[in-house]
Amino acid sequence: MNASSHVPDGRPQSALFPRSVIAEIQRAADEGIYKIRGWGARRPLPHFDDLLMLGASMSRYPLEGYREKCGTDVVLGTRYASKPLHLDIPVTIAGMSFGSLSASAKEALGRGASETGTSTTTGDGGMTDEERGHSRLLVYQVLPSRYGMNPRDLRRADAIEVVLGQGAKPGGGGMLLGQKVGKRVAAMRDLPEGIDQRSACRHPDWTGPDDLKIKIEEIREITNWEKPIYIKVGASRTYYDVKLAVKAGADVIVVDGMQGGTGATQEVFIEHVGIPTLPAVRQAVTALQEMDMHREVQLIVSGGIRSGADVAKAIAMGADAVSIGTAALIAIGCNSPRYESDYQKMGTSWGYYDEYQAGQDPAGITTQEPELEKRLDPVRAGHQLANYLRVLTLEAQTLARACGKSHLHRLEPEDLCATTVEAAAMAGVPLAGTNWIPGSPVG
Amino acid sequence: MTASAPDILTFDLGSVTVREINRTLHGLAAGSSVEILSPDGAHNLACGLTVPISVRIEGHTGYYCGGMNEEADILVNGHTGTGVGENMMSGRIEVTGNASQCAGASAHGGLLVIGGDTSSRCGISLKGGDIVVKGKAGAMTGFLAQKGTIVVCGDAGEGLGDSLYEARIYVKGTVASLGTDCIEKEMREEHLIQLAALLKAAGCPDKPTDFRRYGSARQLYHFHVEHAASY
Repeated sequence: MNASSHVPDGRPQSALFPRSVIAEIQRAADEGIYKIRGWGARRPLPHFDDLLMLGASMSRYPLEGYREKCGTDVVLGTRYASKPLHLDIPVTIAGMSFGSLSASAKEALGRGASETGTSTTTGDGGMTDEERGHSRLLVYQVLPSRYGMNPRDLRRADAIEVVLGQGAKPGGGGMLLGQKVGKRVAAMRDLPEGIDQRSACRHPDWTGPDDLKIKIEEIREITNWEKPIYIKVGASRTYYDVKLAVKAGADVIVVDGMQGGTGATQEVFIEHVGIPTLPAVRQAVTALQEMDMHREVQLIVSGGIRSGADVAKAIAMGADAVSIGTAALIAIGCNSPRYESDYQKMGTSWGYYDEYQAGQDPAGITTQEPELEKRLDPVRAGHQLANYLRVLTLEAQTLARACGKSHLHRLEPEDLCATTVEAAAMAGVPLAGTNWIPGSPVG
Repeated sequence: MTASAPDILTFDLGSVTVREINRTLHGLAAGSSVEILSPDGAHNLACGLTVPISVRIEGHTGYYCGGMNEEADILVNGHTGTGVGENMMSGRIEVTGNASQCAGASAHGGLLVIGGDTSSRCGISLKGGDIVVKGKAGAMTGFLAQKGTIVVCGDAGEGLGDSLYEARIYVKGTVASLGTDCIEKEMREEHLIQLAALLKAAGCPDKPTDFRRYGSARQLYHFHVEHAASY
């Protein structure tokens, strides 16, 4: 293979050292520090776009579009919790912290989720009253840092998510740079104002799945065994992690693929750690099936969900629901062309803005600057999110009906094929036009 | 459940479950007194209490005894497993014996007294609670501790106060080594007063002037590449 390619003007460019790599080496040499940014992986990865759905024709019987019923509801937490969550749609809002996001952004997420009958999730730093007040169904995260962690919020949550990691940085902790650690954020986290705040990568009081089982029982004791307990893992050794999460007593398992977003992480982490969402879903479903726990322990998948097609394909692969983060932020105004002049002043443009760590978001979302936050109207933004969630649901229903399914959960791997060998191997579905599933089985 | 003495409820874990005990404790009125017998290392005993009641446990407990305590006064006449008083918000927990690792992890308030020794990571991620260890404390005591106070009347293990924020640590015995960004600091009058009050509250006869104070050098509060060797 010729290790060079050509740029449009005809000059040869190294495949190993294209301009982007050269620029990063030059930046590292100038600044002496690794690059930190928000967003998620930018590299191309096999994803749901590489799968296609097999609509009905002679051998399958479709349902009438936007006429015949196609259910979308899902119940989460049926294994042990006495009060499982009943969602109208299988799309939830992922955990994002107050601190990383403004209070208005958190309120908007709660409003949008509530308007469409789904849940939203707290994040590192604890629960705010605004978020609780505007979220009909709120999942409270128990994170390694335990910032803002208290039993009163555990009890006023609708479900509890024990976070082991996230797809953007499995095995990594977090950081909130000082410019976002304002007075209120600092007080909630019991830290001095303005410091670069480190979020731990390990929980302080347990070290393995046997410990975690006891920890979860403690949380259940404190909350009277009412709340569903989720375990969230960043996708890496997903097959084993899911089995251990089941053993540890999870009601629900959240698997976040490496395309999942972050508020601030080292770029080398975002792009080089973890596995894509596609194989993570397959590994998780296989693990659950082998333990006879598929559907008894519900699976939520996140990491790059953007459209109703992504929703339908994830569910067809065996997920019970999906979760969105980056897409939800875009829906409420992140990277809007409305702020193009601000983006240009920062040397970027709408569609490219990922400097969430800097706290200068012109859309008022990933900031703690009061003047910037005022730009985000949480009521309007909440409606925008609700609109987007409705579109995701309608799109997923459209595809499900075409496959003859009267509920999204009737979708199955048999409704899928892959357009690339890589995607077929990772997702465990046949290459389009064949019955060939490349690769070895999971496990 | 029996009434062994006037106004004292007695549970024997030989005949009731942790769930039954905790459910009852969560429903008690302020001022109630409870005695728990035969704990035999049971996990999650007396966790999530929310009102000022008095709980006495006669024997050894497992993980997370008194976890997330609010207001209650818990006495363990024995040893405790991992995470006694984890994330406690207020109240008091006293262990007459030894406590395993992560005692008082992320505690936001209240007082945890350990009569014997404690293992590693005591007071990890402490957020405002106070811990008094009458014996020795293991490695990484006060790791990432943010607020609150840890008092060690005996020796402290390796990596004391690693990555400390604003929490204070007082040690009477030797310190095997200090963790990243932890330094010895001057013991001023305000610290002697604070320490005296804590020792008194814990029932320790030790003199505050015999202790040394440790705190954060605050050199890692901002991420600088020149500190890379410390990370």
